Amino acid sequence: MSELRFTDQHEWVRLDGDEATIGITRYAAESLGDVVFVELPAKGRTVGAGAQAAVVESVKAASEVYAPVGGEVTAANAALEAEPAKVNADPEGEGWFFKVKMSDKAAFGKLMDEAAYKEFVKGL
Amino acid sequence: MSMNNQGRPTSAGNAGNTSELATISGDRGLHHEERLIFEIGRAGMTGVDLPESQVTDARLGGMRRRGEIGLPGLSEPEVIRHYVRLSRMNYAIDAGLYPLGSCTMKHNPRLNEKMARLPGFGDLHPLAPRSTTQGALALISELMRWLTTLTGMPAVAMSPKAGAHGELCGLLAIRAAIEARGEKRPRILVPESAHGTNPATAALAGFTVDQVPAKPNGHVDAEALKVKLGPDVAGIMLTNPNTCGLFEPDIIAMAEAVHKAGGYFYCDGANFNAIAGRVRPGDLGIDAMHINLHKTFSTPHGGGGPGAGPVVLSERLAPFAPLPLLVADKDGFRLVEDRAELPAGAKPFGRMSAFHGQMGMFVRALAYMLSHGRDGVRQASEDAVLSANYILASLKDIMSAPFGDGPCMHEALFDDTFLEGTGVTTLDFAKAMIDEGYHPMTMYFPLVVHGAMLIEPTESESKESLDRFITVLRGLAEDAKAGRKARFDGAPHFAPRRRLDETAAARKPVLRWRRETMPEAAE
Amino acid sequence: MRYLPLTPDDRKSMLAKIGAPDMDALFRDVPRAAVVPLSVFDLPDTQGELAVDRALTKIAARNVAAGAAPFFCGAGAYRHHVPSAVDHLIQRSEFLTSYTPYQPEIAQGTLQTLFEFQTQVALLTGMEVANASLYDGSTATAEAVLMAQRVTRRPKAILSGGLHPHYAETVETVAALSGVVTRAPVTPGKAEDIAALIDDETACVVVQSPDVFGLIRNLRPIAQAAHAKGALLIAVVTEAVSLGLLESPGAQGADIVACEGQSIGNGLNFGGPYVGLFAAREKFLRQMPGRLCGETADADGQRGFVLTLSTREQHIRREKATSNICTNSGLCALAFTIHLSLLGEEGLTRLARLNHARACELADRLARVPGVQVITDSFFNEFTLKLPRPAAPLVDALAAKGVIAGVPASRLLPHEASARDLLIVAVTETTTDEDFDALEAALKGALS
Repeated sequence: MSELRFTDQHEWVRLDGDEATIGITRYAAESLGDVVFVELPAKGRTVGAGAQAAVVESVKAASEVYAPVGGEVTAANAALEAEPAKVNADPEGEGWFFKVKMSDKAAFGKLMDEAAYKEFVKGL
Repeated sequence: MSMNNQGRPTSAGNAGNTSELATISGDRGLHHEERLIFEIGRAGMTGVDLPESQVTDARLGGMRRRGEIGLPGLSEPEVIRHYVRLSRMNYAIDAGLYPLGSCTMKHNPRLNEKMARLPGFGDLHPLAPRSTTQGALALISELMRWLTTLTGMPAVAMSPKAGAHGELCGLLAIRAAIEARGEKRPRILVPESAHGTNPATAALAGFTVDQVPAKPNGHVDAEALKVKLGPDVAGIMLTNPNTCGLFEPDIIAMAEAVHKAGGYFYCDGANFNAIAGRVRPGDLGIDAMHINLHKTFSTPHGGGGPGAGPVVLSERLAPFAPLPLLVADKDGFRLVEDRAELPAGAKPFGRMSAFHGQMGMFVRALAYMLSHGRDGVRQASEDAVLSANYILASLKDIMSAPFGDGPCMHEALFDDTFLEGTGVTTLDFAKAMIDEGYHPMTMYFPLVVHGAMLIEPTESESKESLDRFITVLRGLAEDAKAGRKARFDGAPHFAPRRRLDETAAARKPVLRWRRETMPEAAE
Repeated sequence: MRYLPLTPDDRKSMLAKIGAPDMDALFRDVPRAAVVPLSVFDLPDTQGELAVDRALTKIAARNVAAGAAPFFCGAGAYRHHVPSAVDHLIQRSEFLTSYTPYQPEIAQGTLQTLFEFQTQVALLTGMEVANASLYDGSTATAEAVLMAQRVTRRPKAILSGGLHPHYAETVETVAALSGVVTRAPVTPGKAEDIAALIDDETACVVVQSPDVFGLIRNLRPIAQAAHAKGALLIAVVTEAVSLGLLESPGAQGADIVACEGQSIGNGLNFGGPYVGLFAAREKFLRQMPGRLCGETADADGQRGFVLTLSTREQHIRREKATSNICTNSGLCALAFTIHLSLLGEEGLTRLARLNHARACELADRLARVPGVQVITDSFFNEFTLKLPRPAAPLVDALAAKGVIAGVPASRLLPHEASARDLLIVAVTETTTDEDFDALEAALKGALS
C-alpha cells in the first residue's frame, strides 16, 4: 500500500516500502507551462533532504527540484529525457522524476497529505 | 522545487483560420517568402571574383583540408535579393516606435555610421605602430573625458564589449580591491528587480548572490539592505533608475551604508539615459558603473549587438582598471599593455579582451555626444522622461500602473491587473500590438510585477507619434475589457509569421541546416 | 537639436497632461544635492552635422589607415577586402536598427540570418553546433574554457604557448577564478609538447592553429592525448579565412572551437567590434554559452525561427546561467554571413589559396634578405621573421618611412627573450606587389 505526500515546494512523494518516488505536482506542471527539458540525478548519488536533485525547464523558466526526503537515488525516469511532455501530460504518474531509497522515514511523515496540499495551493 | 511564475503559452496553440486568399507563389505583395541560402545556392557559383592560384602542400604542414566545407555558391544579385527580402521581415526603430523598456531603442543618427567608416578609424589595425594611431587614441581619450565628466567619476575602463562585460569588469575591480585590502568578502547583494545579468555576473566573478527585496512602491528596501550588510559583503549591485522605471530616493543613504560596512557600490548604468546631463552618478556615492553606449549614446542595436560597455570607476577602484591603459606622455598617447610599464599606483586586475574595446562604437558614441553637446544630452534625458510620463498619464486610467501615483523616469511600468477576467494575457495584448504596426513593449520584466509591461518611448518620438501610440493602446485596452477578443486570439495576424512554436523548438532543437533531413532522434 | 522632435509647446502641453508644473517635478525622487547645473560639465554645446563631421574627420586623418601604406599587420586582426554589397546590406535600417529578436513574428530577418550563420560556422569549423556569436575570439576562448570546466567538473586549463598572448590573459582573468590556468612555454616557430602537461585534473588544453607566430599546428595527437585523460581540446582560430584551406578543427578532434570571425566581412576597426565564433560537439549543447537560434513552425505550419534553449541564459537562469552574456555580436555576425554567402565554397577556397600563395611568395623574397630568417616552416597567410636585431624599434623606424612592416612579437610578449628579434608578418589578397617591393627594400635598407 503506497502513501502519497506533498511539499510546499510542489513536489510529491509516493512511498512504497522504503523506496520513495518523487515528481512535481500538477499545479507545478501547469504553472511552468510546457516542459521542454528535465535534468535528473544520477543513479547511486546520495541526496540530502531539501537538496537540489533535478532541474525542470519550460521555454521561459528553469526551476530546481529539491529532494523532499534524503537517500540514495535508485532510479531516474529516463523516458523524460526524450519526452519531457510527459511531465505535463501525467505529472503525478508517468511524469515521475526519480526514486530514492529513503534514509530517514520520519521526514516523510512531516510532509503534507493530499488534503493539506490542496488547501495550501488554494491559499496561493 | 523553486517555483517560477513566468510560465505562459509558448506553443503556437489554436490560432484560428487565416481565411486569406492563397497565392500561387506563396508570397503576398511586398512580402516574399525566402528559403535558406543553403537551399538556393549551388556548387561552383560565387559572388566574389578572385584569381586562381597554385598552391602546393609544401608549407601546409600536412594539414590541407581534404573534404569540402559544404558552403553554397550564389552570385551577387542573388545574395543581395536574399538579404534584402529577409530584412523586410524585421521591425526596426527606423520604421516605427519601438517601446522596449530597459532596451532604449532611440534614433540612430546616420552621421555616426559615416564617421565610424572613415578609413582612419575603420581601416586601422589594433597593433599598428603607435605613431600611426595617435588620432584613434586621441578619440578614445576624448570619449573618456566625456564619460568621466558626465558621470562625475575620475576614471573609466574602455575595453568591456557590452553591458554584461562591463558588469564583470566592475565586479573584478571590486574583487581585486578587496583582495588588496587582505580581506575576503564573498557575498554580493542584488535586488530582486535586477536585470538577469547582475546575478549571473556576480556568480561568474566568484561571488554568492543574496537577494534584496523591493518595497510595495517599487523601490529597493533600504532597511532590508542595511540588515544584510556585514563584513562578508563585497558590495551591492543596484540599477538606478531601477528596472521599474523609478529613481531610488534612498540611493545616497544606501551608498553610505555600504561604504560604512566596507563594501563597494556597483551601479548598473543601463538606465543612465534618464539622468545624463542632470545627475552625476559620482555624486551618489557610486564606485563603478557601466555605460551601455548602445543605449544612452545611441550606437545601433544591430539585431542584438555589438554593444559597448565602458565602466566608470571611483578613486578607490580606479587603480584596479584592466589592461590596456591609455596614458599620455611627451610623445603623445600610448597604450600600456605590459605590467612592467604601469603608471604609479596602477594594479590592473587583468584583461577583458584581446584589444582595446569597441572602437567602432566609440566613434559613433562620440559623434552622438558632439552632436548633442552637454545641453542636448540633458534635453534628451528630459524628453525621454517627459515622454514616458506622458504615456503613463495618458494610459493609467485604462491600463493598470502599479506605481502610477508618482512620476516615473524614462519608462512607464504597467501590470496585467487591468486584464483580469478578460481572458486576454499580457502576451496576447503585446502580440495584438504587432498587428497595429508596433513592436511590443518589454513583457514579464521586471519580475517583481505580475504580467509586467514596461514601455520606454525614448526622446526620439514626436508628440504626434506618442498620441497615436496612446490611441492604439487605449483602443486595445478597451477591446480587451469589453470582451472583444478576436484581435487578441492568436495574434499577430498580419506579421510575416504567426506565433511560433517555441516549445517544439526547445524540445527537439534544430540549430542548423543539414543537407538531408536526419531521421528522428538520430543523435 | 535635430534629433529631438518635441517642440517647447509640445513639452508644455505634455507637462499639463501629466499635471506637473515643470520638469523638476518629474525628477522629484532625485535628491536635491545630486542635481547639477549644466555649467558643471566642462563640455561643448550642441553642434550641427557639418561641424561634427569636420571635427572627427580631422581626428581620423591623424591615423595612417592600413589601406594608405604598405601594410603587413596581423596577429589576430586581418585586413581583407570586404565586398561593397556587405556594408550596403548591413546598413539597411531593418538590420541596423532592430533589437535582439525576442518577438520572432517580426524578426524573422535577423533570426533566419542567425540560423544561416550558425550553419556556416558549424560547417567551417567542422563541428556539430554553433551559437549565434560571442563578442570576439578572445572572449569566446575564455567562455570555452569556462564551459570545459563545467563539462568536465575539473579545474585546470592548459594554454599553448602559441595561443595569442592577449587571448591567454583574457582567459586567465576569468578562468583563474573558478580553476587553475597554466601556460605552456613559448616556442616560436615550433610546437611545444603540450600533451605531456595533461593530467587527471585537466579540464582542457587550448591550442591555436595557425598559432600566434603563424605556425600551423597538428591538433590530432593533442586531441587524442586530451581525450585519453578525459580532458577536452579547445581549438582557437584567429584567422577564419584559413579554414578555407586547412583541415577543420572538428575533423582533427576538437571538442570546442573558438574563432575570431573578423576577417570575414568585418573591418579592422582598431580592435572592435569583432565577432566571436563558437562551436561545439552537440553533446555539450546545454553547457554552451550565448544565444542560439532554432528552427520551428508557426501556427499556420510555416517554417520559422526563434531564439531557443534560453533557460541556459542569464535573463532566466540568473546566477545559475551558463554565462552572463546578454548581447551577441549581431551585426558583425550578419556581415560575416553575407560575406561568406558571397564567397561560397568556391570563393572561400580561392581566397584562402590566394592568401597562402601570396604569403609564400613574400616569405621567399624576405628569406633572401641578408640577416633575415623565416622561422615558420608551415603557415597560412602569416609567418614570423627572425631579424638580426630587436624588431620593435625597427618597425617604428620603418613606420616613419611609410611602411607598416608587421607586429613585433615583443609587443605581445614583452618579457620573452626569444621574441625580441621576431617580426610577425601577414599577407592577404589586399597586399600588392608594390607593397612587397616596399617592404623588401625597406628591410634591406634598414639592415644593411
